Amino acid sequence: MLKLIAFRIAQAIPVMLVVAVLTFLLMHLLPGDPATIIAGDQADQASIDQIRRDLGLDRPVPVQLWHWIVNLAQGDFGRSLMLNQAVADAVKERLPVTLSLAMLAFAITLPFGIAFGVIAAVWRDTWVDSAVMILALVGVSVPNFWIAILSVILFSVTLGWLPSAGYVPLHDSFSGWLASLIQPAVVLALFQIGYLARMTRSAMLDVLDQDYIRTARAKGVAVNTIIVKHAFRNTLMQVVTVAGYILSLLIGGSVVIEQIFALPGIGRLLVQAIMARDYPVVQGTMLLLGFAFVFINILIDLIYAYVDPRVRYD
Amino acid sequence: MTDATTLPAAAMPPRSARRRILMRRLWRHRSFRVGAGIVAVIVLMAVAAPLLSGGQPNAMSLRNRFAPPSADFIFGADNFGRDIFTRVLYGARISLWIGFASAMLAAAGGALVGMASAWFRKLDGIIMRIMDALLAFPAILLAIGINAALGPQVSSVIIALASAYVPRMARIVRAAALVVRELDYVDAARVSGAGAGRIIFRHILPNVMAPLLVSVTFVFAYAILAEAALSFLGIGPPPPHPSWGNIIAEGRDYSVEAWWIMLFPGLAISLAALGMNLLGDGLRDVLDPRLKIEA
Repeated sequence: MLKLIAFRIAQAIPVMLVVAVLTFLLMHLLPGDPATIIAGDQADQASIDQIRRDLGLDRPVPVQLWHWIVNLAQGDFGRSLMLNQAVADAVKERLPVTLSLAMLAFAITLPFGIAFGVIAAVWRDTWVDSAVMILALVGVSVPNFWIAILSVILFSVTLGWLPSAGYVPLHDSFSGWLASLIQPAVVLALFQIGYLARMTRSAMLDVLDQDYIRTARAKGVAVNTIIVKHAFRNTLMQVVTVAGYILSLLIGGSVVIEQIFALPGIGRLLVQAIMARDYPVVQGTMLLLGFAFVFINILIDLIYAYVDPRVRYD
Repeated sequence: MTDATTLPAAAMPPRSARRRILMRRLWRHRSFRVGAGIVAVIVLMAVAAPLLSGGQPNAMSLRNRFAPPSADFIFGADNFGRDIFTRVLYGARISLWIGFASAMLAAAGGALVGMASAWFRKLDGIIMRIMDALLAFPAILLAIGINAALGPQVSSVIIALASAYVPRMARIVRAAALVVRELDYVDAARVSGAGAGRIIFRHILPNVMAPLLVSVTFVFAYAILAEAALSFLGIGPPPPHPSWGNIIAEGRDYSVEAWWIMLFPGLAISLAALGMNLLGDGLRDVLDPRLKIEA
């Protein structure tokens, strides 16, 4: 297991390097010259040149890339142009909001997605299966920002049960935190619940077709025991493999959801930064999220290897 | 083992008969039928937009500002008095085109990268590390980043969405191509002197088409949703274009008083994505039953 951990981390280093180079190159395609933007409308050519020199933008691209990587290695993600703040600090401030939202949505997704999938598989080809699978299909087909607006009209404007916007930090008040996040989290989770239910159903049906299930049935094991102990546990393995993808969908989806519910998270920061052409922030956020997912994927591989010995000895 | 890619060619009926059997099996699949029906109706309405509505999508009429749905304006009118029904019809053209073009581009890119990776084993390590790096970004974030870099045009939305989906396609194609390259007829082609290009395009490509086609339909559905999200964030096709996402974004400020502005384009998006997903489910069940859902 230790050897596997070391191997996976060693494998991650080139991937992280490629992530860094890709984000760097991406942002160098951005239209508009950051020096002109910082200098403002009134600036003359001399001061623009001065800013360009200060930022190192007059140097050749490979040199800039080298400096970018060296700075990254020292934990320096650059400075925001619009916020007068280090990118790392700006992200750190907003991270709890996005993490709260994504984790709450994840916590909603898992039980519902798995339960729906298992129910559909167990009652395969009955009206229960059809009903659950149609719901799941609607879940993966409806745009979440549209549902968000409809949900605000119903729950916030008409019924007045939940706030329509804003964020209450967890350490201020738990109930306020939950009230501010429950609506965005449920809306955000809908797509992933549908996806996971579809995934779980097909994984469960795969397992139910296996020889060992037939053997268990033949030797007289109770149907419930087969479903819970044999089929469900093996289905869970497959769920672990898509957990990273689900988290990735959730973080991606939160960009749009944060915008609607005015939650001051990373997604909002990113959209503001793009509008303001604040490219160190765009670069930094993309990079941090990229790195985060490299590690999440390693973590999931390790969990998978831990729960399934067959993977470990492969 | 009924997978088409693993059956020896000699055991199969001729190509035309095979295609007919496949079509019949597809047509018997309920999801495929319903999905194909929904998609066909939406595409027809988009093509026939000028016949279904006499108006222009950007024609304003201050007299009809915020007109609720009625016999004249079946979907109502927006804050400029523009007819929502006409805008949704013409919006279908842009949204479907972006979805279609980005799914096709992603498929072409993914097929090239995946097959190159499977055939040229020396490149495999580098290519797959780059794909891993791209996969590390949530797809919509990658699309937002690339789109921001390219500027607000329809073509940049297409390139952005396609690039976000190339890595996933490449993985699927690579996995299928790795199986195909070990088959006897590929060896036979190699021994008889066929070059890499010929083997890849004549012998490997046809045999990775099934998983490719299935994922294209799911990516199409996802691209429609992603395009709408990008437009909603204000980084999609520029505003005078009535894409479905743009209409919702414009109607958002009036969502309580004039709910019809955002309701109908949202229904259109949902229906289009639903149709493509049903189509994909049918294709998967018939063509490639072991492929995991990629929606």
